[in-house]
Amino acid sequence: MEKNRFLLSGSGGQGVITMGILLAESAALHQGLEAIQSQSYGPEARGGATRCDVLIDRVPIAFPKVLEANVLVCLTQEALNKYLQFLRPGGLLLTDCTLVKAPSRVDAEHIGLPMHDSVIKEIGKIQTFNICVLGALLELTKVVQASSVEKNLEARFASQFHAANKQALDLGISLAKACTA
Amino acid sequence: MSNDIRFVQGNVACAEGALYAGLDFFAGYPITPSTEVAEHLAEELPKRGGKFIQMEDEIASMCAVIGASLAGSKSLTATSGPGFSLMQEALGYACIAEAPCVVCSVMRGGPSTGLPTKVSQGDVNQARWGTHGDHAIIALTASSVQDVFSVTVEAFTLAETYRTPVILLFDEVIGHMREKLVVPPAGELAVAPRLYTEVPAGQAFHPYLPREDGRLPMADFGSHHRHHVTGLFHDIWGFPTEKPEAVAKLLHRLVDKIESHSQEIARWKEYFLEDARTLLISYGSSARTARHQVEIMRARGEKIGLLELQTIWPFPAELVREHAARCKNVYVVEMNMGQLFSTVKRTVEKPERVYLVNRIDGELVKPMDIENVVRTVEGKGV
Amino acid sequence: MSSDRFIRERFFPQIWCPGCGHGTILNNLVRVAREMGLDPEKVCTVSGIGCSARISGYLDFHTMHTLHGRALAFATGVKLARPELTVLVPMGDGDALAIGGNHFIHAARRNINMTVFVMNNRIYGMTGGQYSPLSGTGVLATTAPYRSIDRDFDVVKLAMGAGATFVARTTAYHVQEMAKLMKKAISHKGFAVLEILSQCPTYFGRKNKLGGPVQMLEYFKEKTVPLGSDKLNQDPTLIPRGIFVEETIPEYCDEYAKIVALAQEGARKRG
Repeated sequence: MEKNRFLLSGSGGQGVITMGILLAESAALHQGLEAIQSQSYGPEARGGATRCDVLIDRVPIAFPKVLEANVLVCLTQEALNKYLQFLRPGGLLLTDCTLVKAPSRVDAEHIGLPMHDSVIKEIGKIQTFNICVLGALLELTKVVQASSVEKNLEARFASQFHAANKQALDLGISLAKACTA
Repeated sequence: MSNDIRFVQGNVACAEGALYAGLDFFAGYPITPSTEVAEHLAEELPKRGGKFIQMEDEIASMCAVIGASLAGSKSLTATSGPGFSLMQEALGYACIAEAPCVVCSVMRGGPSTGLPTKVSQGDVNQARWGTHGDHAIIALTASSVQDVFSVTVEAFTLAETYRTPVILLFDEVIGHMREKLVVPPAGELAVAPRLYTEVPAGQAFHPYLPREDGRLPMADFGSHHRHHVTGLFHDIWGFPTEKPEAVAKLLHRLVDKIESHSQEIARWKEYFLEDARTLLISYGSSARTARHQVEIMRARGEKIGLLELQTIWPFPAELVREHAARCKNVYVVEMNMGQLFSTVKRTVEKPERVYLVNRIDGELVKPMDIENVVRTVEGKGV
Repeated sequence: MSSDRFIRERFFPQIWCPGCGHGTILNNLVRVAREMGLDPEKVCTVSGIGCSARISGYLDFHTMHTLHGRALAFATGVKLARPELTVLVPMGDGDALAIGGNHFIHAARRNINMTVFVMNNRIYGMTGGQYSPLSGTGVLATTAPYRSIDRDFDVVKLAMGAGATFVARTTAYHVQEMAKLMKKAISHKGFAVLEILSQCPTYFGRKNKLGGPVQMLEYFKEKTVPLGSDKLNQDPTLIPRGIFVEETIPEYCDEYAKIVALAQEGARKRG
């Protein structure tokens, strides 16, 4: 597994932490993988850049933090400025292209997707933004299957949110597919 | 579904472990990074008819836990550095009154308010000597969400077996990280019930007269055996005494009942120790870093191993001495300025070969920190 | 009828000085327990540290002699764990309102069913006569050798402000009134506070040249009057005695039982 150290970042309220939990939990509970999720706490978590670390592997994971991410997700400019340094050369950078200005030089594959605008246009519920990002992430990394995340979404959220969540996940997947096709 | 599998934080695993062990009562006060223990129990305890109360401070929390324990409840509180400091006086009361209870402290950076949201292991010696006066204490720790669960279950068994407060010394990284937790079916992990007196109602009950095997059966408040409990030195009736021989006898018993069972209380894990020439000793989240580094160095063919302690106090001296004797160098990996390191140094035959690998800046100790110290000591440079 | 079954003879002689008011309070408590027909197995007395706190050892109930100031916190644990117990918490003035002040107001706020006896002798006796938060200004004590400049609490007003649902005051002189108020306080469903002015001839009396125990009791007789009496209207400097608050509002353990029912109902629905 090469793309198994995720550093997910954005600002408070974007659902970055939930996205990380869903990713790690789906891997651990539905795919028999080892997974760890942790997050930054305290003043840093109240506004400013939010950070969520996720590690997924086939074998037990000892060190529980991401020192060098091979997947970095940045949903704000501030988060990109702060965390780009932790991206391993050759890794994957996923950003929202309307919220984050593409970095001029990055030794990694950079994919900027219009996730935020697409969610507003096609779903109309900005709360599902993180689920859309997660969908794109699943498609780009192939570490965790969408079906596992769907099961998890249904277990975690009340039934009235299931349709919108599914729609957002699929939207993310298709945006990523379109981009990599 | 036979297995109850969840993906939870270490703090939630602690709460779940306590429930598994039959927790009846929780009193606490909000403090980062332990609050999730209280939040989870506030939700779960009432479902089982258990009692949850948020007290006015940590002093009151610890006192309420002792009161509830003596009234027959398996009791827990959870806190962190500053709150743990406030609990120390009552912790000593639990020691001398022999009130079984469990105190979870999720360590953060100190002294004082310090680093509320950052990791540290700076309360190792506070756990041992935080309360005044001679006493013995049991302190356990863990390095994974699963181990937090099982160690918590064990803490309740030890508390009842030895009639003592047991400290769970977790840290911010372990408390906050989410990992898979398999909750075993009821009965799979041993849970010790409270040992009650067999003295029938109407006959004289001596609350502080141990059985010949050293154990001290209880009678709860509200039972037939009315008795007195005090923080003063006391006789077998629980009545205050200043008779020198009675004082010495009680203090010896309080210390011996734990220290003389240190081998039974010891819990640990071994990684690659069979042929190790370099020994890492660590605990809690630092032990995860140590394990990671051992894996890296083993892949390079180096004979390095890890002794991960889950029982910190009473310090498993025999175990450490044995492993240290077989190795050339010993490195204690922890996130403080050498709290367990100094104990290890005092314990082993060749203290000059014990080195400290630490971090005290609120960050989890990194594999490279170990690499650098080992290379330096072995003359390889960094 | 004998009150022996409420007393632990093994603990005697008691530690209090000759002339101390606390013995009168103990005597009355034993009498009240008998008259109320309390089952000693269902009573738990929790005390802190100080002269007053030793009262728990003399009573043959379940008894707990705890830490200075913390009796109410321990008692809260006992009561919530076993709501069926009658919980009595005798405290000294420093114990209750200096080191234990925070626990006092919070226990009152919760309205948890227990009875507090504040045995107020306006001094730290056990440690040898230091001023307490009940001493008041102008008082002499070993730590106020010139005079105390600290204002005192009014126990009754403090308890009322904190939400205690039974608040009363009496003195060690008014023995029959004390017994009557003790019964009412113990019977009250909720957090009950009974302040009992008690004399400390050894320290407070001697330091402040108030004479012996007899003179101090006479002071209680002369300077305190029943609430609502004409004397009090004529002379507001007199100290009122009697019941200041007696109200019934939801009690903490009862309310907790409702939370359990709510949680279990929710668990059943989800389950």
